[in-house]
Amino acid sequence: MKLMNKEQMGKIILKLSEDILRENKDVQNLCIVGIQRRGTVLGERISKIIGKIKGRDIPTGSMDITFYRDDLSRIAYQPVARGTDIPFPVDDAQIILVDDVLYTGRTVRAAIDSLLDLGRPRKVELAVLIDRGHRELPIQPQYVGRKVSTSSKEMVEVRVEEIDGKEEVLLLKRNEK
Amino acid sequence: MSFKRKDLLGIEDLSPEEIYFILDTAKSFRQILDRSIKKVPTLRGKTVANLFFEPSTRTRISFELAAKRLNADVVSFSSSTSSVVKGESLLDTVKNIMAMRVDCFILRHPTPGAPHILAKNLPISVINAGDGSHEHPTQALLDLYTIREKRGKFKDLQVVIIGDIAHSRVARSDIWALSKLGAKVRICGPPTLIPPQIEKMGVKVFYSVKEAIRGVDVVMMLRIQKERQNKCFFPSLREYREFFSLNEERLGLAKSGAMLMHPGPVNRGIELPVSLVDGKRSVILNQVTNGIAVRMAVLYLLLGRKR
Repeated sequence: MKLMNKEQMGKIILKLSEDILRENKDVQNLCIVGIQRRGTVLGERISKIIGKIKGRDIPTGSMDITFYRDDLSRIAYQPVARGTDIPFPVDDAQIILVDDVLYTGRTVRAAIDSLLDLGRPRKVELAVLIDRGHRELPIQPQYVGRKVSTSSKEMVEVRVEEIDGKEEVLLLKRNEK
Repeated sequence: MSFKRKDLLGIEDLSPEEIYFILDTAKSFRQILDRSIKKVPTLRGKTVANLFFEPSTRTRISFELAAKRLNADVVSFSSSTSSVVKGESLLDTVKNIMAMRVDCFILRHPTPGAPHILAKNLPISVINAGDGSHEHPTQALLDLYTIREKRGKFKDLQVVIIGDIAHSRVARSDIWALSKLGAKVRICGPPTLIPPQIEKMGVKVFYSVKEAIRGVDVVMMLRIQKERQNKCFFPSLREYREFFSLNEERLGLAKSGAMLMHPGPVNRGIELPVSLVDGKRSVILNQVTNGIAVRMAVLYLLLGRKR
């Protein structure tokens, strides 16, 4: 089932950016970190929108959480590590973590741990395109594009032009691709 | 592609895809070494045992640091201070250490094939850190990483390895590794230190450094193993130096910007003059740093998943 098309995704990303700006009027120390891979793409888009509105570049990076996963001893094959690229000092920054789908919260936990190994940010907030519920850790996003109620037998797939060649958000049954 | 192996025993049976997978993974770990917190929680709760039956500085410390950077626990063992002196066999020794619930053995041993015996007999991962004059896979991988970092690709790259090829596990692993990825390998040394039929590995053999080095992109020097000197492989160290050491003039015959590598330990003033060891062509210390990243990648790929 299609949850969003290209146009709706664009609107929601714009809304997320505006929400972030409403809470962070001063963007002096604002930095954006996307979680690999689709979070990175979304993070870059949000950064561009905020940058355009404020007339200044917002430092933007990407983060790979593979080495911080808590389920490495449970998976059969490791994913390809894509590297972390955060080209600005994390100390005292106000960081917005960006990911496509928020589910159990375990990825975000790993991302926070990874971020704290790079320094001591003043504040870390979380922005997600889709919050599908089923949290297993006390993680709460500050900025949510859309809340979707799902069952654990379903999965939410976000597709972006840069990686998948098209823009859409799908709600799929597991094993249905 | 995914990495399915239990052990890393040598380069010979790795596919080019597996080699690239290890190098790509190492790239992510290399970044971590430049941070102020040089540690990730990846292998928390795993235990790695370093078993060294031969002297080593670099490889041993490198593996130990790699494991620690991944949050694994490390125990180190050297044969001279162990019950091996009392006559305990290799398999008995490792089975006893395994009974203490370690997850991986890193083995350096003078006998070729020793890590293979462990791998066959034990359910846990085994990494070959050098077995006699057979293989030293992580050294070859770190050499590849260093070349890739500077040159970007291997296709048609000209590499010369100069020195004691016959006794060198590094040469053997490097020849396999470089050839698999499309580089052209030349070897050069006194005829007594070139193993018979080595051409079958796909290398070109030279007996003159000047001829061997002409137009190459990478010069890899090997340590002349002084401990084997009295076995008459060559008349004297002085004569060896005369014909097979590197100097500015000889290095000048390589491509401009050619890189100079050495697996260490260097005999300064024998295979390499001091000025070249510390010179601008030398990437010897880069090799050492990259070695940790490569070993982190190997440990992660072998231990960081469900078995």
